[in-house]
Amino acid sequence: MGMTLAEKIFSRHAGRAVKAGEIVVAELDAMMTHDANRPLGLDVFNRMKGNKLCDQKKVIQMIEHHYPAPGAANALAQRKMRQFHQELGGVFYEGEGICHSVMPEKGHVLPGELVVGTDSHTCTYGALGAFSAGVGSTDMAVAMISGKLWFMVPETIKMNIIGTLPPGVFAKDIILHIIASITADGATYKAVEFTGPVIENLSMDARFTIANMAIEMGAKAGMIAPDQMTLDWVNRRNPDRAFTPHVPDPNARYSQEMTFDVSRLSPYVAKPHRVDNGVPLEEVLGTPIHQGNLSTCTAARLEDLRIAAKILKGKKIAPDVRFFVVPSSKEVFTLALAEGTLSTLIDAGAHIKSSSCAACSGGSAYALLADDEVAITTANRNFQGRLGNPKAFIYLASPATVAASVLEGKIADPRPYFSA
Amino acid sequence: MRLEGVAHVFGDHINTDYIISAKHKGRFTDIKQMVEYIMEDIRPGFHREIKPGDFIVGGINFGCGSSREAAPAVIKESGIAAVLAKGFARIFFRNAINIGLPAVRVDTQSIQEGDRLRVDLDKGMVENLTKGGIITTQPLPPFVQQIVDSGGMENYLRDHPSFDL
Repeated sequence: MGMTLAEKIFSRHAGRAVKAGEIVVAELDAMMTHDANRPLGLDVFNRMKGNKLCDQKKVIQMIEHHYPAPGAANALAQRKMRQFHQELGGVFYEGEGICHSVMPEKGHVLPGELVVGTDSHTCTYGALGAFSAGVGSTDMAVAMISGKLWFMVPETIKMNIIGTLPPGVFAKDIILHIIASITADGATYKAVEFTGPVIENLSMDARFTIANMAIEMGAKAGMIAPDQMTLDWVNRRNPDRAFTPHVPDPNARYSQEMTFDVSRLSPYVAKPHRVDNGVPLEEVLGTPIHQGNLSTCTAARLEDLRIAAKILKGKKIAPDVRFFVVPSSKEVFTLALAEGTLSTLIDAGAHIKSSSCAACSGGSAYALLADDEVAITTANRNFQGRLGNPKAFIYLASPATVAASVLEGKIADPRPYFSA
Repeated sequence: MRLEGVAHVFGDHINTDYIISAKHKGRFTDIKQMVEYIMEDIRPGFHREIKPGDFIVGGINFGCGSSREAAPAVIKESGIAAVLAKGFARIFFRNAINIGLPAVRVDTQSIQEGDRLRVDLDKGMVENLTKGGIITTQPLPPFVQQIVDSGGMENYLRDHPSFDL
């Protein structure tokens, strides 16, 4: 019997052939921990009397969630991370941008690798054909000390995305549609392989958006088998580290196979307060909004900013609407600045923030909402209170839908901007 | 281990933002200080209802969302003895096991707010002392049960330093 992508990666990292359902202790290729969670990974590391990192190159600390520090407690946590780095080493980034944008950009995760991070959206790296999963602080401490972690090799759901994506409909719409179909726990404990002609034609930026939201259907990982585009992308960023890409066997065994034809897909919007509460745009068209966010690890990469700029070029956002843009990383910020994308957005009325996880949760104390206000965002979560106020309402949408909506001051259709 | 306490019933898809919001978790380094904000956005003042040994009872997908270990940690710190749910999101489940908070998979349909429960973790049984009746829990894989029996991952590794299976 053939192997899924997850089974291949776990087999190599466990040193024996394994299949779904087995529990393994597996060697990790990288482990990422950031400033937002409590306890910090290093707190548990210290409590467990850790005195040495398993590998100087594998342990990556990032100050990125709430940066610059919005409060004294954040500043204290960030200082602890700096001191930990000074004492024990490891890789360290501060202010470089969102971990899930920076980890792939800096070559810390490659196809076929096994990676964990203290963040649920660590599944983003599945876009590279890596197996990456979120863990908590205790697992992180164990990983930092031992370089390995236990896993149950997951069953895999294969999702075949077919058809032709209509103009004005994007990766975010596909994944919101899939989550609405399978529900918020439809893939719990499982890996998902996204495949098919639509996925093959997506850019890497768009693939990251798809993989990023696998956790929102409960999945342990959401993966796309590496192809030439993947290899070109990583080879530009990682000139020296060897890696072994895997693709699933044609006769791999899946727990479920699903097909989504996107040829007639509308832009999708997830209504408050659940990510799986997605509906075709037509159902919420015209809903008044107070704020639009183009931000977070889901969809604030260069392509996302360009899509918004295409819609907003030479125009002004609606007078009573705020528009916050947080490019996903310093690399993205710099490129968008150099090519004029940021100035297009600023001229349209956007407020730009340096790269961080701002405008995702209330934790960064940025772009929070007043009672009864409505935001539309490119983020991945619309839970009640997510943007700091349980009396506010959050809609999730693509960068195009957010841009069209801030222009009109209500949830609007981006497709007219992309028609031939 | 046998636990006895009162059920506090929540619905499906209780996410970790509800358990402890991002707005509050970053303000503190000590989990104790977060307890008064537990479930704040969906059940303000919940921390005052909790008596040590009580249970949180959920539906499907309990603990979905963020990987924050503060979520099970704040539940444990609040005095809750175990979380009972039809299903758990995997990161929450793993975090709960790792820190020694029992996360019990069981059909919670019949349990209502205020019911007095007796939970026998070893026998895998939940007895509803208010309504009568016994519900059987879903067993854990043996390796995961060992972590639970050790009281969490830190203790487990102390007993099994080579981290082999």
